[in-house]
Formats: sequence, structure tokens, C-alpha cells
Amino acid sequence: MSILDGKIPAGPISEKWINYKNKVDLVNPANKRNINVIVVGTGLAGGSAAATLAEQGYNVKAFCYQDSPRRAHSIAAQGGINAAKNYQGDGDSIYRLFYDTVKGGDYRSREANVHRLAEVSTNIIDQCVAQGVPFARDYGGLLDNRSFGGVLVSRTFYAKGQTGQQLLLGAYSAMNRQIARGKIKMYNRHEMLDVVIVDGKARGIIARNLVTGEIERHSAHAVVLGTGGYGNVFYLSTNAMGSNVTAGWKAHKRGAHFANPCYTQIHPTCIPRSGDYQSKLTLMSESLRNDGRIWVPARKEDAQAIRDSKLKPTEINEEDRDYYLERRYPAFGNLVPRDVASRAAKERCDDGHGVNATGEAVYLDFSAAIVRYGKEQATIKGEDNASESRIKDLGKAIVKAKYGNLFDMYKQIVADDPYETPMMIYPAVHYTMGGIWVDYNLMTSIPGCYAIGEANFSDHGANRLGASALMQGLADGYFVLPYTIGSFLSADIRTGEISTHTKEFDEAEKQVKERIDSLVNNKGSNSVDYYHRKLGNIMWNKCGMSRNEEGLKEAIIEIAELRKDFWKNVSVPGKANELNQELEKAGRVADFLELGELFAKDALERNESCGGHFREEYVEKSGEQKGEALRDDKNYAFVSAWEYTGVPSEAILNKEKLEFFDIELKQRSYK
Amino acid sequence: MNLNLKVWRQNSPEEKGQMVDYQLEGISEHMSFLEMMDVLNQKLINSGERPVAFDHDCREGICGSCSMFINGEAHGPVKGTTTCQLHMRSFKDGDTIFIEPFRANAFPVIKDLVINRSAFDRIQHSGGYISVNTSGNTQDANATPIPKENADLAMDAATCIGCGACVATCKNSSAMLFVGAKISQYALLPQGQVEAKDRAQNMVAQMDAEGFGNCTNTGACEVECPKGISLSNIARMNREFLNGSITE
Repeated sequence: MSILDGKIPAGPISEKWINYKNKVDLVNPANKRNINVIVVGTGLAGGSAAATLAEQGYNVKAFCYQDSPRRAHSIAAQGGINAAKNYQGDGDSIYRLFYDTVKGGDYRSREANVHRLAEVSTNIIDQCVAQGVPFARDYGGLLDNRSFGGVLVSRTFYAKGQTGQQLLLGAYSAMNRQIARGKIKMYNRHEMLDVVIVDGKARGIIARNLVTGEIERHSAHAVVLGTGGYGNVFYLSTNAMGSNVTAGWKAHKRGAHFANPCYTQIHPTCIPRSGDYQSKLTLMSESLRNDGRIWVPARKEDAQAIRDSKLKPTEINEEDRDYYLERRYPAFGNLVPRDVASRAAKERCDDGHGVNATGEAVYLDFSAAIVRYGKEQATIKGEDNASESRIKDLGKAIVKAKYGNLFDMYKQIVADDPYETPMMIYPAVHYTMGGIWVDYNLMTSIPGCYAIGEANFSDHGANRLGASALMQGLADGYFVLPYTIGSFLSADIRTGEISTHTKEFDEAEKQVKERIDSLVNNKGSNSVDYYHRKLGNIMWNKCGMSRNEEGLKEAIIEIAELRKDFWKNVSVPGKANELNQELEKAGRVADFLELGELFAKDALERNESCGGHFREEYVEKSGEQKGEALRDDKNYAFVSAWEYTGVPSEAILNKEKLEFFDIELKQRSYK
Repeated sequence: MNLNLKVWRQNSPEEKGQMVDYQLEGISEHMSFLEMMDVLNQKLINSGERPVAFDHDCREGICGSCSMFINGEAHGPVKGTTTCQLHMRSFKDGDTIFIEPFRANAFPVIKDLVINRSAFDRIQHSGGYISVNTSGNTQDANATPIPKENADLAMDAATCIGCGACVATCKNSSAMLFVGAKISQYALLPQGQVEAKDRAQNMVAQMDAEGFGNCTNTGACEVECPKGISLSNIARMNREFLNGSITE
């Protein structure tokens, strides 16, 4: 075990980034033309980084597995993006955004990174508006804000329930401009399958052309991974079907430490699963908790009657409903952070109050908001004697304007009308706070290899606050990496082109090809999905919303066995040299089968509860906080950065000590 | 429910394709259409056959990957819905379902139901952006108020997911709804004004070069668009194009 250096600049926290920028090595514009950078992934982080690096003059090669960079999964982010603009005059500031994020992350993030994130947050909004991102505005023509979980101000900018789409299309447009100029060479339908290390530095990648199956070599002076999170290790998640850990895992196997894999965000408001055939879960934006009230029937008999379809939620009287978040957390109510809301839903359902056929759902109810908005509108329109149904109609119109697309989506999937009856929701795997370890420069433990956005670990600690993922992705890509990468590339102005005809590229390509061949030539009897579902079951049951020592130990053994069986009995139809979607999946699932084991190991070694990592053994036993997570700052205020050794569960633990100079560590109370 | 599927199978762009029959039993009405396709593919894999290739990713109607022509309609029978959001409750036991790729000369088939839509990307390269570098020093986001009506209309246009249903539906394989939506988004915002004339000229030229047809005001694209992009965006594009042409 060694102690890792996060390379955090000296000085007061509010001056670190400014001082860093003043002193960081720069590459002059003429030299940038001679330097190549590979960016893998074209979501908010990768897309914005590729565009900005190209604007600065670097030659960028960008890769995505989708048929267009515009389809990266950032596109599905719904609710919004945070920024400390304080346009609402409600007391927001850079410090408050910083504080909320560190607290929300349960004091397991790197203080200096989070402060930098809060500082550049305001630039993001300015940049996006300049690009033509159509954020929501109010009647005066100025930008509107909404509120998200875990904070007491309104700092979230949004574009209906499609904020991720609009921000990604903004980054995509910036990329398109550079593609047209020839400064970005775009490789669609390509998947990175290895990173190539030359003289200790990341100097290229091996990629598979997903249309022809051809294995390609690409070299560069630096490699940037903006490849997203690994939530699909659970099989069912809100991630896109293709979201995967492969790029990050390959870097891990080549020497990049993987940090805090067990920090996973289970999002409280997703559409519950409906059957065994389910392929993915759909999120309902956290923004709905601005107006929706979460409840279950107070009496178990009523919950049972609902499960048996003998009772409707609208028939349950107000006094027989348990608005359990409002009851347990009066200060934050329905807007507690995601980890808290998810655990509270699980607790109610485990106790027998769940409301769908499987008993794994709670209600998200808009009836009170509809009446509230309706009365407001009636007053505005001077309709003092408006009837109840008129008030409801007026209220529905407002709710529709705010959340229409989300309500439509719910109706399409569940075939219920959420304007008339409460939505049913249940927690689902959504975001992974863990990821590749990076220092303050966003460089991994491989020199020249960077990780940005969800792919890295640094900013959200053990739990991410709503509307902060978009903020981090764009902060890293637009405003952080383009500065920090200069300190590495400034040493490369005389290096010249990196050759792909070297033994390092030979060796990496050979390994990639051998692995593909062993997958397509394996004459097994089980499909790739068979293994992915089995892995997902182990992960959800033993590494999910709550974990314990016994279950985690079992998970490590079961995943190792499943992986062995996979390599023996998996069946991959088709050939290597063609478009072969089963082969793509097989490679990704093979990597998940390794990551899952490390995940369980990480959760087992962290003997505390913090954020999304809830260990049943570590809870407050008494007092006002009874049942809440029990953190252990004395022994666990560190980042667990795992070093690959060949077997995931035998990875070596490296620690980065987390020091908090500007924030006092305390029990995270939302009561 | 039990279904008779007729699915377009084509091994590569060069080879000829054909409709192939498959029978499926025990499909739940709560399944999504793509989950039904998953069931078919698992069945094919287990019997040693090649699964049907199709594009899909987010499965929540926003990435624009999925692109099936179902019973003669882009994304199937339900309005305002992508293929991935279509559910089997829209079909009946014993139904025969025809499943084809989106068809257009500018969207060649790669394999089975997977098509090449890179023409859309190239149109965007020709002008689908505002030329502003990342600096963090652009003016404050609230410095220029934008009338809510225009901001909302720009948002409606920007909702396009680039799936290509408009092209697949149009008898002329026109991409004008797609191009009109992008041109409109910028035309409605003050930030887009500076390059407005060139943008309309360049994007239309690229659209023509890619082999997309012209608009004859049938309006089928608007009907089949899963995001409800309005035909008025085409009118706005024509206005922008004309404005650019006569003031050149």
C-alpha cells in the first residue's frame, strides 16, 4: 500500500485554481498544431473536451461507439445543471455550492476539486447560452431556475426535462464546427479496446471498427477517457444499453488505479420493473420532487389491498397516507438527497408498505401541486369562484408545462395517467461516483492518460447531488482539462508523431485480437445476456442499496465463479470481422465480470456507511439520527484507489488521505 | 400473446436483403417493442442462428438510435413515440408485424435493421453550430434577455433527436424537417443571428448534396416525428434560405 499524491496546489481554497492557472505550463499555438490528443467518448465531458482542445489548436481524434457523437448517454439527463449564479437572489454563492456538494458527497470527495467545480460552474452557463442552448426562461426573458435535492437554494438551470440533450447538442455543435475545420477527426461506431503505453506514457489506443470488425491502431501524445459510468454492472440501470466500463477497465489493467468502485448512486425516482424480460429502467427526473409528494399507505392492510388491485391510491384518505420523507426529514422533506430518499423508500417497502404487484414501489403524487398551481392561476385570472374541476384544469396546465415530457414518458411505459393517479416509483442504479483515480490535473496514475466526467472519481464523494453530473462533465471538458493537459503536453512539443509500428502497439493489438477470437470461437451454450443478468442479480442483492459483510464475501466468490463459467460456456454467434452486436456485448460483460468483483471487495473493505455505500453493520443505533448512516471519519476519510494485480479481489489498496480545511466534518443531517 | 414477425434481414450493404418470417409465443403486453426483439434474438442465439442487428441505446426515447419501420410506419403505430418507447400493448394476439429499416437512398442499410445516418452529421458539420470558442469569458448568460416565446419555440425545434423518421416517412425522402429544426433553433435566438444567412445556405446545400429529396408539403414527417417537430420549422427554413439568397 502506498499513499497517493493528489497534487493539490498550495494556498487558500478559493485561490488554488487561480494560482494554478497562473503558473501552469502552456503550449504555444504553433506547437499545438504538432500535438495530437485522443478523446474517447463524446458525452458532455468527452464532447466538450474534444471541441475545446481542437479550438485551442490541438489535433483531436474522437471516438464513440454510437453512430453519432450526439447519441452519447449524457443526452438522457433530464433535470438540469447547477451553477452558482445566484440569479434568484436566494443566498447562493460559489462557497455554498462547494459546501453543498462536499456535504452531499458525505465528505468523501476531494475538497480542492469541488471548489474548482463550483468556481467554473458559472462559466458553463455563459458558454452554453452563447452556443445557443435554449434554457428555460421566464416572462422577462431571463433564465429560470428550479431546486434540486440536498440544497436550500434554486440554482438549477434547465431545458424542460431534456437538459442533458440540450447541453450535449451544444457540445456536439461545438464539435461539428471543429470537425468541419478538420481539427477533430471523428470515429463513429468505434470502440476502444486497449490503451497503449510507450515508455511509461499513454500514447495511443487500440480500437475496433464496429461496422467492419477491423482492429485499428491510433497514436497520440495523450489519451483522454470520457467514457462515463459503470452502472450497467447491475444489468438493470438507467444507463443506456451500451454504457460500459471497458475503456476505464482497460486503463486500470494497464496501471490506472480504480477509485471507490463501491460508491454507486441508486436514484430514488425510477419507474419500477414490470417483469423478468426487463432490459433497462427509466428515470423520472429528480425535478419532479419539487412538486411531487412521496407517500405510501400508512396501514399495511391498505398497501396489501392496493397490491391486490382492490383499492386505488386516490381512495386513500389524507390521514391514512404516510408522507414518510416529510415526516422523517422536515427541513428538506421530499428534497432530501438521493441516497437518503432511496433508502427511505426501501425501508418502507421492506416493511410491507410497497404499492405495486411486487411490493417494490412508492407513490409520487402531484394532486396537491395541481390544486396549488390551479388556485394560483385562478387568482391571477381573477376567477375567484372557480370550481374544483376548473382549478384542477388550470393546475394541470402548469404541471404539464413544467414536466409534460416526463409525464408522457411515464404514461407510455406504464399506461397510467399521472395527472389523475399518483406515479409509482422505486430506486434504481443510476450513476457511479467511483471511477478512475485522477489527481488535481485529472490525470490518472498512467502519465498522459486523463479521465474526465463520470469516468473519474473525484468530485461527488460517496453521493452525487442532483444536477451536478452535467456540471462536472462540462466543467472538466470545457474549463479544466484544456488547462491541465498543457502541463503534460508542454514536454511534448519536440516529440513528433508517435509511431504505431512499435512493439507496444504490436503487443496490445495481439492481446485484443486473441481475446476477440477466444470469444467468437468459444462454442458455449449460454448467451451473453444470460451472464449479464446473473451478474446483475448478484450485484443488486449483495452490493445494492444496503450491504453486509457476509453478502459481500459471497458476492466476491460468486462473481469469480460466474466469470470462470463465462469464459468456458459463453456463446457468441457471428464472426469477428463484421458488425456483431453480441461480440460487442460479450467484451463489455467480460469486463463487468471483473469490475464487479473489485466493487464487492471495495465495499467489504470500507467498514463504514457513507453516501451511496450503506453497510448494515454501521448505522446510528440511537438518538435523533437512529437508523441513519454511520460514517467513520477517523479511520476511513480516504480514497480507496485499487491497483490491478491480475485478480480483481487481490487488487492492492492505495490510499489518498482526504483533508478538509474549509469544511467541518459532521453528521450529514437533513432533518 | 403470439406473434408472426416478418423481419428485414440483410447481411451487408452489398448483399440483397429479404423479409424473413419468425414466430414468437408468450410475449407480455407490458414488454417494450425492443424487449420483444430481445426475446426473438435470444431465441435465435439459442438455436444457433444469427440474431437480428438493430440500433438502440438509451431505450428512453431520447438518443435517437432506434429506427424501425413497423407495419409501414416509422417507429410504429403510436404517435409521438420512438420504437424503444412503443409497448406490446399496442398489438394484439395473433398479429403479423412487418419490421423494416428506415429506408432512403441517403440512409444505406449496413446490416439487417441498422442503417448509416452519417449524412445527418455531415449536414450539421456544414453549419449546425454557432461559432463561439470556449473561453468562460463570453458575456453573462442573462445579459441578453430572450422573449420567452422565442426561447420556447427554439427549445421545441431543438427537441429533434435526429432519428430520421421524417426522412423514412417522406415519399421524397426529404430531410427538411430535420434541417429546418436546426436552422429554426438558431434563427429564433439572438446568438444565432450573426451566421444566419450562411447557415441556411450551407446546410441546405449539404442536404441536397447528400441526396435527400425536396419538400412537397405532404406533412407526413410532422405526423410521424416522435418528438412532434412542427412543419412550421420548414417554413422558417425556407424564409431563412430565401433571405440569404436575395441579400447575398
